[in-house]
Amino acid sequence: MSHPRYQPCLGGNELAKVLEMQGIVKGFPGVLANDHVDFDLEEGEIHALVGENGAGKSTLMNILYGLYQPDEGRIVCKGRQVRFESPLDSIAAGIGMVHQHFMLVPSFTVYENIVLGAEPRRRGSFDRAKAISRVRELAKRHDFRIDPLARIHNLPVGSQQRVEIMKSLYRGAGILILDEPTAVLTPQETKELFVILKSLARQGKTIVFITHKLEEVMEVSDRVTVMRGGKVTMTKATAQTDAREIARMMVGREVFLQVNKADLTPGEVMLEVENLWVADDRGLFAVKGLSFQVREGEILGVAGVAGNGQMELAEAITGLRPVQAGRIRVCGQDITGNSPFAIRSAGLAHIPEDRYKHGLAKTGTVEENAIMFLHNFSPITNNGLLNRKAITEHADSIIENFDVRPRDRKALAGQLSGGNAQKLIVGREMTLNDKVLVACQPTRGLDIGAIEFLHNRIVQQRDHGSAVLLISVELDEVMSLSDWILVMYEGKSMGELDARAAAVEEVGRLMAGIGKRGSSGKEASA
Amino acid sequence: MIHLLSQVFDTQFLASAVRMTTPILLAAMGGLLCSLSGTLNVALEGLMLMGAFGAVAGSFYTGSWLAGVGLAVLLGTLTSVLLSVTIIKYKANELVVGLAVNLAALGATTFMMRTLWQVKGSFIDPRIAPLPSWRLPLIHHAPVLGKVLSGHTPVVYASWAVVLIINYVIYHTAFGLRLRATGENARAAETLGVRTKKLQYVAFILSGALSGLAGAQLSLGLVTLFLINMTAGRGFVAMVAVILGQRLVAGVAGASLLFGLAEGLTMRLQGLRIPPQFVLMLPYLITIITMVLLRPRHPRPVLPEEARKAALEETP
Ligand SMILES: Nc1ncnc2c1ncn2[C@@H]1O[C@H](COP(=O)(O)OP(=O)(O)OP(=O)(O)O)[C@@H](O)[C@H]1O
Ligand SMILES: [Mg+2]
Repeated sequence: MSHPRYQPCLGGNELAKVLEMQGIVKGFPGVLANDHVDFDLEEGEIHALVGENGAGKSTLMNILYGLYQPDEGRIVCKGRQVRFESPLDSIAAGIGMVHQHFMLVPSFTVYENIVLGAEPRRRGSFDRAKAISRVRELAKRHDFRIDPLARIHNLPVGSQQRVEIMKSLYRGAGILILDEPTAVLTPQETKELFVILKSLARQGKTIVFITHKLEEVMEVSDRVTVMRGGKVTMTKATAQTDAREIARMMVGREVFLQVNKADLTPGEVMLEVENLWVADDRGLFAVKGLSFQVREGEILGVAGVAGNGQMELAEAITGLRPVQAGRIRVCGQDITGNSPFAIRSAGLAHIPEDRYKHGLAKTGTVEENAIMFLHNFSPITNNGLLNRKAITEHADSIIENFDVRPRDRKALAGQLSGGNAQKLIVGREMTLNDKVLVACQPTRGLDIGAIEFLHNRIVQQRDHGSAVLLISVELDEVMSLSDWILVMYEGKSMGELDARAAAVEEVGRLMAGIGKRGSSGKEASA
Repeated sequence: MIHLLSQVFDTQFLASAVRMTTPILLAAMGGLLCSLSGTLNVALEGLMLMGAFGAVAGSFYTGSWLAGVGLAVLLGTLTSVLLSVTIIKYKANELVVGLAVNLAALGATTFMMRTLWQVKGSFIDPRIAPLPSWRLPLIHHAPVLGKVLSGHTPVVYASWAVVLIINYVIYHTAFGLRLRATGENARAAETLGVRTKKLQYVAFILSGALSGLAGAQLSLGLVTLFLINMTAGRGFVAMVAVILGQRLVAGVAGASLLFGLAEGLTMRLQGLRIPPQFVLMLPYLITIITMVLLRPRHPRPVLPEEARKAALEETP
C-alpha cells in the first residue's frame, strides 16, 4: 500500500462485514434525504445501489465519504465505530469515491492529479520521477491503459474516470464508491469499466456502484440495495432477484419501458439541415456535409458512438457553435448563423447535453430557471417588469407535471439531485410546445420511472405535431423512440434507416463505421 | 533614425530599465502567487505604497537602510494579513476590499507623512539613508554587462533571487503543485485533503512582503524620498504583467522587464523633442496593445474542396 496514512479497516474475518451504516438519517431543508438507512458491505463484493432520482443515494455515499455529517445513525468499520468528519478521515480508513461530477485539475497531468495531496518527496521537493514510476506501477498492477504524462483536458471521459479510480487506489482504498460512473460513458467505455471493477473485486476491493441502468446491475453486481424516498426498500443477492423486481421496488409499481406510438403521419418539413459543416474546438471538422430533414409528427433519432460529431451538430443547430458551411432551416426560416435567441424564437426548443453548462444556472432558483427564455415575453414579463404571479404558476406547473423534487420553487437549481435537475430542464423546454425539439441525451442520469415518463412525453410531442431530433448514445432509446434512425460516424451520415425495419445489429455495424455510407435515405426506403 | 536609436539605447538606459523593472517584478511575483492560488490581489498598488512609506520612515529614524527595508516588508505583510483575512475568512469581495486597501493606503501614508514630518507633497531629508549600490564581483568589469547588471541596490539582486526561488517552489515542490491545484479546482484539492485556505493565506502574505520590498526599491533605491502616491500605478502594471505573462514565472518576469524597459524609455524620451505626456502614456499603451494581441485565437478551419463547391452552388 502506497500511502503511509492508510489504516485499513478490512482484512481479518472473510465473512465479516467490511463496513456497516446503521440507522442513518440526514435531512436537508424541506427533505429527508436519508430516513433510517441501513447499508452494509462485504469484502470483495460489487454492491449496486439503485433508486429513483432524489432517493438519497448520493447523500448516503457522501456521508460515507465524510462530505456530509449524518443527523443520526452510526458507521461501523470492521467492528469499530467511526466518525468521518471530512474526506481525510474516510480516505485514511481506506474509502475512495469517484464523484458524479469528476474532481480533477484539468491542466494537470494524470500523475499530478493522482498524487496531489500525498506527493512523494525528496529533500523537500516534489519527486516527480518517483510519482511517475509509482503511477506507472499502479496502472500496471491493475491493468489500466493510461499514460501518466497525459494532461487531463486532453483525455476522453472514460480515461478521466480511470484517473479518478486510480486516485483512490493510490491512497490505498479498499472500498471504492462510484456515483453513476456509467452515465457519461460510451457503451465501449462501460464495458472496459466493468472489466476493471470485476478485476478489482477479485483482488479483494469492495465496490459500491450507483446506477440507473438495471441491466448493468444484473451484469456486474453481487448484491443490490434499492432506495426509495430516502429509505431502503430491498437488499438482496443479485442472483436471487431480477430487473423487474428491482424496478418495482424502486418505483413502487410496475414499469413498462415499451412506448406506444400513434402511426406516423408526417407533415411539413420543420427542421432541415443541408450540407452542414461544423468545426470542433480544435478547429477540425466534426460534422462533414450532413443533410437531413425532420417533418412534423416524426422523430429522427441520431445514433452513434459519442464523439462522432453529434454534440457539434446539436450545438450548430441551436446556435451555440458557428456553422462553417451549409444551411439550417427551422419552420422554413433560414436560421444559419443566427443567435440562440433568434433560433429559439423561430420555434426551437433544446434539451442540452450538459445540464450544468448549458441547461441551468446553478446558483439560480428553480423558478428562475423555469422561466428562462420565457422571461423575454408576456405574461412572464410585462412592460419590462417580472410578473410574480405568472412566474409562480409557470414554475409550479413544471414542478408538478414533470415531478421535480423537492417541490420547492425557491430551491437552488444546483442543489437538485442530478435527475431532478434534468427534469427541470426537460420540463422547461417541453412546455414551450415548440414545433422543433432538439433533445440531446435527454434521459442521462434519469431513473427508469422518469425515463418511462420522459419517453412518453417525447412521443406525445411528436403525436401533437412537433418535429423531434433525438440525439442519444443509448441505442435502445434511439431504436424504441425514433421513426427514422440516422447513424453518424466521423461526422458523416452512414445512412438513414426506417426504425421499424432496422435491426440492432445493422445499426451497431453502421455505428462502428462498417457498411454502406451515403443516402440509402428516407426517399429510397419510403 | 539610427542616430536617435543609439541615443536612446545605451548601457545607461538599460541599467535604468533594470532598476525600474525591480518594483514591478517583485509585486508581480506576489500577484502571481495569489493568482495561481485562485484569488485576485488588487491591492498590490496599496501594499507597495505602504512599503515605500515604511522604507523611508524606517531609514529616516534609524539611519539604516536595512531597517527601512525591514519596516517596508513588515508594513506590506501586515496590510496583506488584514486584506487576506477579510477576503478568505470573511469572504468579502476581493475586488472591493482590494480597491479599498489601495485608497486606504494612499490616505494613511499621506496622513502619516503630514503628521510625522509636517510636509505637504514630498518628504526629502538628508537623514534618510538610501539603499547602497553593490558591485557584482566578476561581472562588474565585463564590458557591456558590467554597466547594465552591476552597481544596483541589494533589492534589485534580491528580486532576481526571488524569481528563481518562486520558480522552484511553484514547479518543483509539493507546495507549488497544491497551490496550482487550489487555483484551478479547489474542490478537487479539498477532497484530497489539501488545505486550500491555508495556501491562499500564504500566497497573500508573501505577496504583501514582496510588494513591501518593491516599495523600498521605489523610495530608497530609485530616489531617496517619499512622495504622495509615489507608486503611480506600478501595482496595477504588475497585475497586468501577471496576465500578460500567462501566469508563468518566466512569462511574468519577461512582462515585468518589458514594462521596466518602457518606463526607462519614458525617462529617456522626455529629454528629446517628443511630448512628455505622450511618453508617459507609453507603458499603458504597450499594455493595451499586447493584451489585444495576446487574446486566445482559434485556428480557422479550412473547408475541404467538396464543401466549398457545395457552398458556392447554393449561393444564388
Ligand atoms: N446540498 C443539498 N442541499 C439541499 N438539498 C439537498 C442537497 N443535496 C441533496 N439534497 C436533496 O436530497 C435529496 C436526495 O438527493 P440525492 O442527491 O442523494 O439523490 P440521488 O439518489 O443521488 O438522486 P439522482 O439519481 O438524481 O442523482 C434530493 O431531494 C435533493 O434535492
Ligand atoms: Mg446522485
